[in-house]
Amino acid sequence: MPEPLLSIEGLSKTFHVAKSASGNTRLRALDGISLTVGRGETLGLVGESGCGKSTLARTLMMLETPDEGTVSFEGTNPFGLKGKELLAWRRRVQMVFQDPFASLNARMSAGDIIAEPWATHRSLYPTAKARADRVGELLQMVGLRASDARKSPQEFSGGQRQRIGIARALALNPDVIILDEPVSALDLSVQAQVLNLLNELQKELGVSYIFISHDLTVVRHVADRVAVMYLGRIIETGETEEVFDHPRHPYTAALMSASPKLDVSGAQRERIVLKGELPSPLDPPSGCRFRTRCWKAQDICAEVAPEPQVLTAPDGRRHLAECHFPLDAAKGLTSATAAAGAL
Amino acid sequence: MNSAADQATLPRTGPAGVTASQPHDVVLQVSGLAVDIRTHRGTVRAVNGVGFEARAGETLALLGESGCGKSMTAKALAGIMDPVCDLAEGTIVLNGTDLAALTPKERLKFAGPELGIVFQDALTALNPVYTVGTQLGEAFRIHRKLNAKQAKAEAIDLMRRVGIPEPESRVNSYPHQFSGGMRQRILIAMAVALNPRLLIADEPTTALDVTVQAQIMQLLRTLREEGQMAVILITHDLAVVAEEADSVAVMYAGNVVESGPVAEVFADPRHPYTKGLLESVPVNLERGDQLRSIPGSPPELHDIPSGCVYQSRCPLVQDICRAQRPALRPAGRRRADNAAADVDQATSATNDGGTAGRPVRTAACHFSEEITNA
Repeated sequence: MPEPLLSIEGLSKTFHVAKSASGNTRLRALDGISLTVGRGETLGLVGESGCGKSTLARTLMMLETPDEGTVSFEGTNPFGLKGKELLAWRRRVQMVFQDPFASLNARMSAGDIIAEPWATHRSLYPTAKARADRVGELLQMVGLRASDARKSPQEFSGGQRQRIGIARALALNPDVIILDEPVSALDLSVQAQVLNLLNELQKELGVSYIFISHDLTVVRHVADRVAVMYLGRIIETGETEEVFDHPRHPYTAALMSASPKLDVSGAQRERIVLKGELPSPLDPPSGCRFRTRCWKAQDICAEVAPEPQVLTAPDGRRHLAECHFPLDAAKGLTSATAAAGAL
Repeated sequence: MNSAADQATLPRTGPAGVTASQPHDVVLQVSGLAVDIRTHRGTVRAVNGVGFEARAGETLALLGESGCGKSMTAKALAGIMDPVCDLAEGTIVLNGTDLAALTPKERLKFAGPELGIVFQDALTALNPVYTVGTQLGEAFRIHRKLNAKQAKAEAIDLMRRVGIPEPESRVNSYPHQFSGGMRQRILIAMAVALNPRLLIADEPTTALDVTVQAQIMQLLRTLREEGQMAVILITHDLAVVAEEADSVAVMYAGNVVESGPVAEVFADPRHPYTKGLLESVPVNLERGDQLRSIPGSPPELHDIPSGCVYQSRCPLVQDICRAQRPALRPAGRRRADNAAADVDQATSATNDGGTAGRPVRTAACHFSEEITNA
């Protein structure tokens, strides 16, 4: 594994909200999140809506301050920085947003949108000439024409707009780009173009990606490692193939099983269809947070929250999962479906 | 196309008045459907000569990217087009009645008992100021002339049928008090309230999480089996089509470019667009491998070329594609060496109009025999 560029330890974030049905006013959006991102690596972040993916992304962008836990970026804690050092740090983590129609200012030209970060980070390209040249370069890097700088966002298609969003994120030469559902608003044929572009840029620039997505097929294609989130916790994490092929947490197995597969061989696939929906993060279940939807849940799951444990697959590969009764790696999904079916 | 014996034994579309739907009966037959939209830049054709058929107890998927006309087709079928849209041509024969020839008032009789529709966004499709019980009971009050109390009892039954817990108390709740998945269940309940023959589901799970999507798809399957409904599933998701549909019609720029049984179309696409879509899905690839994406983007509606609609993005494009729009013609097996047979096939297919027992494989491409499979 590449040396970690960014590492997070026990990150927690609680929001104070208006009273919920149970009278709870504290929403624990992140609950002890730990993960690392290596240089030039892609970390996939998977989970259903409301599981805390976006809060994690916002915290890494320093748009939220964590209550507990540490963030270490090449050994320094960005939350302890001030003034010029903080400004320099902010340059290094950038973000691409989900909706290419909402994330570009319709009253600015594409060139101005891409150049806007330099209004804050003035030292990067000090002269107007240097900025204009760099805008042209960036547009070409993302597969548009340098002359497109004068056009306004409305003149571009969804895929082209997302390319502009990527060019804006690249403008400050960041080390980490957080991609929040970067292709889910795009049509399939355009989605493939953007995924190819992201892949080429990573090879060329060595930038790390944190790739947030609910599309498991896409995550499997882009991510080196993957972290599965459920109600503010990472319940399983490891190398992508390892987690996808031998899911150990029942939720991961259910998620894999629920996502439709493009397989027309006619083979009947056993499916785990979870009961119910994600519980409200305002009133998470006691003990293991997944127990209300889990087919393996027993008394202990309601009482004791499982600790992350290292599980070893038959081929010797290991990954982390939080479960009292992890699935058998050798049997993998088959045993899971059998158990779910028996209920 | 897969079995000639089936064609002979299966019953054909019955005349008007035939009531019970047998499995695999053709419930809906659409042909030559065209929809015009009046815009300030002139009239554009959003749906152009679309034809397909939906069968009882089966799911037909309308597959395409945004702007390809799939939702417009659904709205035309249901008779709920925006005022700027006109049904220009075509017939929509639902169980022997041509809906396209009816007045809007006459069509209302079909909305509910014969045809139900499930929309994509459950929050905007439900009325926020009425309880779900009122909205669910509406169909019974209008079509069955039930009073409010009876309608509420029916609504509770419906909610139980679609798997909403504690329906007796939830019936008095408002839409915003339900989660996304539950709202979608309510929409489905409304659509199937009067056991329609045809259910149109327009991207029913796009706004939902994947575990909830699986629940909703399971519910739709169960309801389809129970009522022997014909389901038209409109989606952009190839994997959903592969898992849920029996046959598929692939749409591009307002035209059906390929149709047939899902397993055959996906295993052996006969139109370069279908092939391109299938290759855009990242499966069976090493991580970091280039995806074979389709270059460019679909044409604007006011700028659709006169020849083949796919010409600007097609790797096989030739002069004939720019000059002449290929018709949808049978394209089951490769017969590149027998062009004459193609012409015969094409003529007989237009005469038949696809009323034969099983869905025919068709593709609208001049070179559909030359598409090789990777």
